Amino acid sequence: MSVFTLEALLAVLGLFVLLLEAFVPSVSSRTLAGICMAGVASVLALLLTAAGGEEALPSFVSAYHQLDTLALFYKAFALVITLLVLWLTKEAAPYLSKFTLEGKLGEMFSLPLFVCVGMMWMASAKDLVTVFVALELVTVSFYVLVAFARKSALSLEAGVKYLILGALSTGVLVFGVAWVYGATGALSFEGIAAAVKSGTVNKTALLFGSAFLLAGLGFKVAAVPFQMWVPDVYQGASTPTTVFLSVGSKAAGFVVLTRVVEALAVPGSLVRDEIILVLSFAGAITVVVGSLPALYQTNVKRMLAYSSISHAGFLLLALAARDSARVDLSPGGTVAFYLATYLPMTVLAFAALVQLRLSGRGEEVEDFKGLAGKSPLLALLVTVAFASLAGLPLTAGFFGKMWVVIGLVDQQLWFALTCAVVGAAAGFYYYFRVILAMFTPVESTEVVRMNLSSKAVCLLLGVAIIALGVYPKPLQRLLTKVPVAEAATSPTH
Amino acid sequence: MSALEFIIFIPFVAALAIWLGAPARTTALIASTINLFWVLLLALRLPASTGGSELAFTSRHVVLDNPAIAFAVGADGVSIIMALLTVLVTFAAIWQIVDKPAMYHIASLLISGGALGAFLSTDLFFIYAFHEVALIPTFLMIAIHGRAEKEQRLAVAWKTTIYLGAASLLLLAGLAWAVIEFSGGGKLTFDLVALRAQALASPLPVATQAPMFFLLLLGFGALVSLFPLHSWAAPAYATAPTPIAMLHSGVLKKFGLYGLFRIALPLLPQGAQVEWVQQALLVMLLGNILVIGLVTIHQTRLDDMLANSSVMHMGYLFLGLAAGTEVALRGAVLLMFAHGVSIALLFAICGRMRNQLGTLEMSKLGGLGSHAPFLTVVFAFGAFASIGLPGLANFAGEVMIFLGSFTNGNAATTFIPANGLTALHWTVIFSLWGVVISAVYMLRGYRAIFQGTPQTGLFMSDPARGQWLPLVLLAAVLLLVGCFPSLLLDLIQAPLANVAPVTP
Repeated sequence: MSVFTLEALLAVLGLFVLLLEAFVPSVSSRTLAGICMAGVASVLALLLTAAGGEEALPSFVSAYHQLDTLALFYKAFALVITLLVLWLTKEAAPYLSKFTLEGKLGEMFSLPLFVCVGMMWMASAKDLVTVFVALELVTVSFYVLVAFARKSALSLEAGVKYLILGALSTGVLVFGVAWVYGATGALSFEGIAAAVKSGTVNKTALLFGSAFLLAGLGFKVAAVPFQMWVPDVYQGASTPTTVFLSVGSKAAGFVVLTRVVEALAVPGSLVRDEIILVLSFAGAITVVVGSLPALYQTNVKRMLAYSSISHAGFLLLALAARDSARVDLSPGGTVAFYLATYLPMTVLAFAALVQLRLSGRGEEVEDFKGLAGKSPLLALLVTVAFASLAGLPLTAGFFGKMWVVIGLVDQQLWFALTCAVVGAAAGFYYYFRVILAMFTPVESTEVVRMNLSSKAVCLLLGVAIIALGVYPKPLQRLLTKVPVAEAATSPTH
Repeated sequence: MSALEFIIFIPFVAALAIWLGAPARTTALIASTINLFWVLLLALRLPASTGGSELAFTSRHVVLDNPAIAFAVGADGVSIIMALLTVLVTFAAIWQIVDKPAMYHIASLLISGGALGAFLSTDLFFIYAFHEVALIPTFLMIAIHGRAEKEQRLAVAWKTTIYLGAASLLLLAGLAWAVIEFSGGGKLTFDLVALRAQALASPLPVATQAPMFFLLLLGFGALVSLFPLHSWAAPAYATAPTPIAMLHSGVLKKFGLYGLFRIALPLLPQGAQVEWVQQALLVMLLGNILVIGLVTIHQTRLDDMLANSSVMHMGYLFLGLAAGTEVALRGAVLLMFAHGVSIALLFAICGRMRNQLGTLEMSKLGGLGSHAPFLTVVFAFGAFASIGLPGLANFAGEVMIFLGSFTNGNAATTFIPANGLTALHWTVIFSLWGVVISAVYMLRGYRAIFQGTPQTGLFMSDPARGQWLPLVLLAAVLLLVGCFPSLLLDLIQAPLANVAPVTP
């Protein structure tokens, strides 16, 4: 299997689905969803089985493409989340199609494939140009996805906001890339790392460039002060797209951020202290600014948007705590672990929102009232998801936060630690409000029915949350720094 | 797999089964009965099973290598006594749930499972985690099924949640600090056995021990309603549904003390003896005994009185901690068990009275003894035990604590007539007045409710035949342990704390 097979396969599939939808109007959205999901699943299977048989990269590729542990992990991550988003889109089709033109969902199935290609490519990128191209593929596809529910005013508003701010952030990012290139004379992460260590770099120019670079990426991952767009866009976009933004787009932003920070804050770097200061400060503020408004939300989707900001803060803090001897994971590994725990709980929370919409309810906290009586299974799983989002022990969310906290203590970043604790404490309040609502009995005989596939997928996600919460060792082993050859033989995620 | 793992998981599995549609009462009763007998069996086998080592029935599954976290279980005398208390109260609590939604059973089982997990784990991470698991159903049940108007019970539930949530965070900070200090720059370990061995081999400097112990004291203490951090407890117990009040005040609350005895004291033995820590603790526990004691006297409702009395009696347990001698600590463990059984018994009867009478205002009650002779007698057992009448379990514990505070163990407890009384001795003298206070409110309450002329329009019946079993069981345990405290005390074989030697 050659280097780009997986990405190429997916891109071809995406184009095929796009054409199929355009030229064969009779094809149903179920069929399209089935084709896409089958495609993504087979690519995932290929990645898991064939990753070991990777031959050495040809030299012209290896200059801008790498397949280390993190790259493989994020590729699998992108495929898993795409698969789940496609499934969720199919589930949500009955009500989503009311808001789209001609009641069709065609591009809703092909665009995620392009996003996935972009994310997979980004995971392997070794230089800023590749990163930029891949990031644009992701972002441009998202412009369309966010605004896809054309008949909903909220969705249009979200689309416009996302487009304007996304374009602006792209500009900022490119500006930063240009300055960093100007300062270091390199575009590849290796080159940048070597340059910042050498001490011959103009520090002012480098800092100026890094600031823009981090700001541009800050938009993508929703770090304060670039988080303004998140609540409106998350609330306005259709729920499957929101999941994709919240998990996929965030992961994409963080894989790039991991690589950038590893290059700029390499030990001995000229700007290491500044980068760590910025990350810890931005992370700390992001946690608080995400958590506190969440306390006052009545709309669960909007609340999850703020919670997503707060989680981005924790992820930034994970990067800020550079290599700590107390943890086997590198900062990048911690981020990857956190995202791996973040995936099942976020998807499960949003999947519950879809189920509520399907049963004719809304997305307010009030709509969760009495869910325990109407669907015990769903209520149980949502409880697990929200407990995990809150970071309760024995759920996946705890270990992500634990590593972040250990890192912060080890590096003695006390301000960041305080903010993290405040954010986590606030989290208990707003997540538990939803749980409390679910268990409040109401006078009603209404039953929320889930079809078999929803039951199975939600159960799987719930089990994943508990499994990662009580036995995180395998995943941690996987993400622990290992030579590439060894990583390739171990199964990914 | 160790038997302890099954004991921890049985309640969780039963709860899940009920959630997925199994018949609630039958499943819960089967699970709690199995657990009751199984723990009893293990307690009988414990002396033979330790085999020289400190812990019996151990098992260990590594969860993470670095930091070292493992799902490790193991029991010694103290933890098996706490487990026994848990299964006993669980059995009684579940038995007396009648005609209630399945959630009552599920919540009771989850609290029970969480408490068992916390008492039987030997890894700090799981000890902490299981306790959190048990707290959540407590909050939910107060908020959803509490016995007050919606606004009020939500307020109580949030107050409890915020208090205990904040306490848990303090506790987490204290535990994390301890783990980090003991690792000494190396690998972090959450294994309590390893940490205790290390505390014995290379203790931390006293200057670190004192603030660390104080932090743990505040964290664990707030969970046990230590004086200035107690205000959540009384409204929570008065509002909580009966089985939840029984389980929380009887069992789960003891987790804080258990933590202090098993974690804080062995890891930081000198920290507990530092003067400012000791004095702060003495002031706080006197607050529990005297201030809350007087508050209790002024309660006009039975549930408020019981709830406050439960807060008050925690003061004696903290006195045992402050003394830190072997006798006092053993007495405290015994009193934890006794108090758990007696308060659960009282809350069980109180719940029944509320259901039947509709009011617990003591001025409106009277003469119920003629309606319900059985309940009157059983209530008397609980009330007298709680006062500390000889022959009932609490007495033995209290006496051991009081006497232990005067024995030669460390600088604070050694009584040297020429030097006069130490602060601890004065505290004991003041604390003894607590017994009088207890007698005042309990006897007054008893007279107001059960004796005198029956009020018109009030009627209460004895429970039907199936319903008296848990009450008789709890009362019998009080009597049995009261007459033969050695039954429990002999289980505690290893010394509880490596107490600092007396410095002449």
